[in-house]
Amino acid sequence: MNASEIIRWLSPELILLITGFVVLGADLAMRRRDEGRTAAVIALIGLVLALIMALLLAMNNPATIVASTFAVDPYSSFFKVLAIIAVSLVVLSSMSFMKGKSRYLGEYYALLVFVTLAVSIAVSATNLLLVYLGIEFLSITSYILTGFLRNDRRSEEAAIKYFLYGASAGAVMLYGISLVYGATGSTDLVAVGELMKAATGPEHLLGVAAIVLLLGGFGFKASLVPFHQWAPDTYDGAPTPVTAFLATASKAAGFAVAGRVFITAFPQFTTDWMAILGSLAILTMTVGNLTALKQHSVKRMLAYSSIAQAGYIVLGLAAYNPSGGTFTGINGMLIYLFAYLFTNIGAFFVVLAVERYAGSSEFSTFKGLGKRAPGLALLMTVFMLSLAGIPPTGGFLGKFYVFAAVVEKHLLVLAAIAAVNAIIAAFYYMNVIRLMFFQDSEDEAPLQVSSALNLSLVVSAVMVLVIGILAQPFIAWAVESVQMVNTRGF
Amino acid sequence: MDFLRNSVLTLIVFLPLVGSVIVMLMPKEDTKRIKQFSIMWSFIPLALSTWLAIDYWIRFLAHGSGGMAYDVNLSWISALGVNYHIGADGLSIPLIFLTALLSFLGVYYSTRVIRKRVKEFFVLFLFLATGMFGVFVALDLILFYVFWEIGLVPMYFLIGIWGQAKDRPQYAAMKFFLYTLAGSVFMLLAIIGVYLSTGTFDIIKAAQIGVWTDWPLAASLSFWAFLIAFAIKVPSFPFHTWLPDAHTAAPTAGSVILAGVLLKLGAYGILRILLPLFPQAFAQYGWIVALLGVIGIVYGAFVSLAQTDLKRLIAYSSVSHMGYVMLGIGATAVALNMKGQEGMLKNATMAFDGAGLQMFMHGIITGALFFLVGVIYERAHTRELAKFGGLSTMVPVFYGTMMFAGFASLGLPGLSGFWAEFFVFRGAFGIVPVLATVGVIGIVITAAYILYRIIQNVFLGEYVAKKWDHWTTVYGEHVSGPTDMETFEKVTLWPLVALMILLGIFPSLILNFFNQTAVDILSRLF
Repeated sequence: MNASEIIRWLSPELILLITGFVVLGADLAMRRRDEGRTAAVIALIGLVLALIMALLLAMNNPATIVASTFAVDPYSSFFKVLAIIAVSLVVLSSMSFMKGKSRYLGEYYALLVFVTLAVSIAVSATNLLLVYLGIEFLSITSYILTGFLRNDRRSEEAAIKYFLYGASAGAVMLYGISLVYGATGSTDLVAVGELMKAATGPEHLLGVAAIVLLLGGFGFKASLVPFHQWAPDTYDGAPTPVTAFLATASKAAGFAVAGRVFITAFPQFTTDWMAILGSLAILTMTVGNLTALKQHSVKRMLAYSSIAQAGYIVLGLAAYNPSGGTFTGINGMLIYLFAYLFTNIGAFFVVLAVERYAGSSEFSTFKGLGKRAPGLALLMTVFMLSLAGIPPTGGFLGKFYVFAAVVEKHLLVLAAIAAVNAIIAAFYYMNVIRLMFFQDSEDEAPLQVSSALNLSLVVSAVMVLVIGILAQPFIAWAVESVQMVNTRGF
Repeated sequence: MDFLRNSVLTLIVFLPLVGSVIVMLMPKEDTKRIKQFSIMWSFIPLALSTWLAIDYWIRFLAHGSGGMAYDVNLSWISALGVNYHIGADGLSIPLIFLTALLSFLGVYYSTRVIRKRVKEFFVLFLFLATGMFGVFVALDLILFYVFWEIGLVPMYFLIGIWGQAKDRPQYAAMKFFLYTLAGSVFMLLAIIGVYLSTGTFDIIKAAQIGVWTDWPLAASLSFWAFLIAFAIKVPSFPFHTWLPDAHTAAPTAGSVILAGVLLKLGAYGILRILLPLFPQAFAQYGWIVALLGVIGIVYGAFVSLAQTDLKRLIAYSSVSHMGYVMLGIGATAVALNMKGQEGMLKNATMAFDGAGLQMFMHGIITGALFFLVGVIYERAHTRELAKFGGLSTMVPVFYGTMMFAGFASLGLPGLSGFWAEFFVFRGAFGIVPVLATVGVIGIVITAAYILYRIIQNVFLGEYVAKKWDHWTTVYGEHVSGPTDMETFEKVTLWPLVALMILLGIFPSLILNFFNQTAVDILSRLF
């Protein structure tokens, strides 16, 4: 593989890297005169270019490994596209939200671009060391973004909490990697998979231990219970656009890595990790939903809701079906994540619009929103219905696919628990609609929404409905995207 | 003509949605145009469904056939084999007509009495119709599920926003939503089960292939998941507790649609999906459905008798009346177990006919009763039975209309309700004689609460002004006593009364639809 080929394979990442530095440079040149507008526009251009390159690479190329450690395959392309879309929407929404909240907006946008780069490295890594590096890169950029509002103590607290948990989770994951290396002498996923094939007795136990420890790291990113404690405070305290990122793209990266590592490196342990993930799914759904019921602010409720949603998403892996068929579990996970991306980003953006006006997102600030901002309330209704899994939204399609995988595996108890959870969750989602439309507020002043935010809201809502109604291309894409590299790096 | 036949169902289903979007785009201050448009627009499905019924009669019923017609089958999500497959037969066409009629009357009545948030009301009301029509035409399980759920959302809003504050509408709306969702989530799992067993979501194809024929436990589980979802919607005892709250809290037109159409979705689902897809399981458990039906009949009637609120009384009477539907359906299923016995197909067909007739008749009668409650409530602003009395001479037109609806409801021969009950019991006696006998008690109690609680309490006796002195006209002007029905109320109610009389004399106008389709469906199972 020569240099020009490598550049071609890595073009999305290289574009992101360059864009990040250009954003920093441009901000320096502008000397913060335009409140980060130039930086944001450059970041958006770079993201769109990277998106185009990622799509081009995905379209006409079979799976390839670059530099023995970096997969360019449909699986990684899917998550790259997902992350780039998420961050683009986050940048759009930040243009109004961050105005006047920080002096360092150039750095902010540059970090958003870098965090996208981190996601694309993590989802492409086929070597445990690169997995670790990608996740740490993602974590460190996320810590800074979380604490970006330096004058807001909650933002600081959120970052510290996130950092402490993240550091521990990273250490645990690293320990898992060292166990794998000790057992096999390799960190390459495919090589590990081959070497662990004959594992029995103590070796098998070692493998299970490694899976559990690795899951500490992945579960932390994906906010699975019991690795979720950081999530509510971090989601609540972080600048809302960053929260939207953490709850979607960053979470998706956790699932992507978990999927690739478990499927490629531990195929002989499928029953083990499926059982572990199934139990975590039950815990995550139930804890997330029951706690979400008790919240008094929409943002915090959404934080717990996105923990619960992680429980549904992981059902896809817990019902993984390697022999194929319509519902392989993993394709359900991808469909769910894609629909969930737009749904959750949209929901957090509505919170952002309300917060910008009312200063908080307490339930009382949502009262009477149906009158004060009918458009915004209507969009929020679409997002809530999608989170609740009511057709014809994308959220329904995602739930349908993971539920179907679970039923196909005859995991009927798991399916029943998931169904009960879906009913509990519907209560608090419908409650937001109740607040917006059934209750009156004292403040009747109409609520203004900036045009950039409006654009990202409308795009999200349209996508939520399009995924649900014109589902065919999205399903086809997700089904296509479950292919991962399965040749050894060397 | 062929073009119309191919597209009529699609038009009926989606025109209300289009209308809803159009109203959404109209300025909200222009309530007059919104109202005019909504009336005109909701008349189109009524006209189309009338044509549909006549066309079906001429082309099918007249030739002794009750099969599926007006099929459209287009691929929707090809990765899953989900199709936009719709069609209508003698089971669905009367219900489509009922939906169109009650929606139109509901819109018309609401244009006169809805004063707050007018635009939103009609957006939601039109949208609701799409969900209901969709359920009655869907022949694909996913399509069915989508329409089933879509209808929930507008009804949630209608109850929550336009309910009377003292009826706790927000609580009732949430309860309605969660109860139905609780059933339908498990139904979704069962739908997935059907797909895994047969490889198709198509109701007709799946019935031909047979669902879980090799695995009785899975068949039973799927059957129960469907049955509970439908029983919640009907609602059958013991899943009925959402109904009194929702019906009482909803605005008049919302109650009419809830009782008149939404309750039928559950019973329709049982007949359309459970009967053909799970004949073995249904035959085995049919007695439970019949038993729940009988409990509903008797229990609902007793609870009605005990109510002090007129609207709540009528709400509970729906529990009782839908019990007849469940009894008829349950008896039909039990008959599948007794195939050998002579005349069993005939009994089953009659029970099926009775269930179908009761669905239709209850829609008309209870629809009218809820409109009538609206008429008195708009004037008295109370529904406390104790506060009324002696209204017969003061509001004779209202009294007369209520008499027709009430007598039809208690099954007086000559009015439409009689035939439904007659067929249910005639069929059920031959299949589940004990249960049917117990069910007859319900008829007696129904007569008691209609005559004693409604007719006597509200209309007869002495009018004592002191009991309630807060009368207004329907337009909100203060007056000293009750005023009689206005023209728009007569226009809303008299078509329903006319139907009660017409179908009381010529029940075959509706019976023909159900009967031929019952023969069509049951002959395949027997």
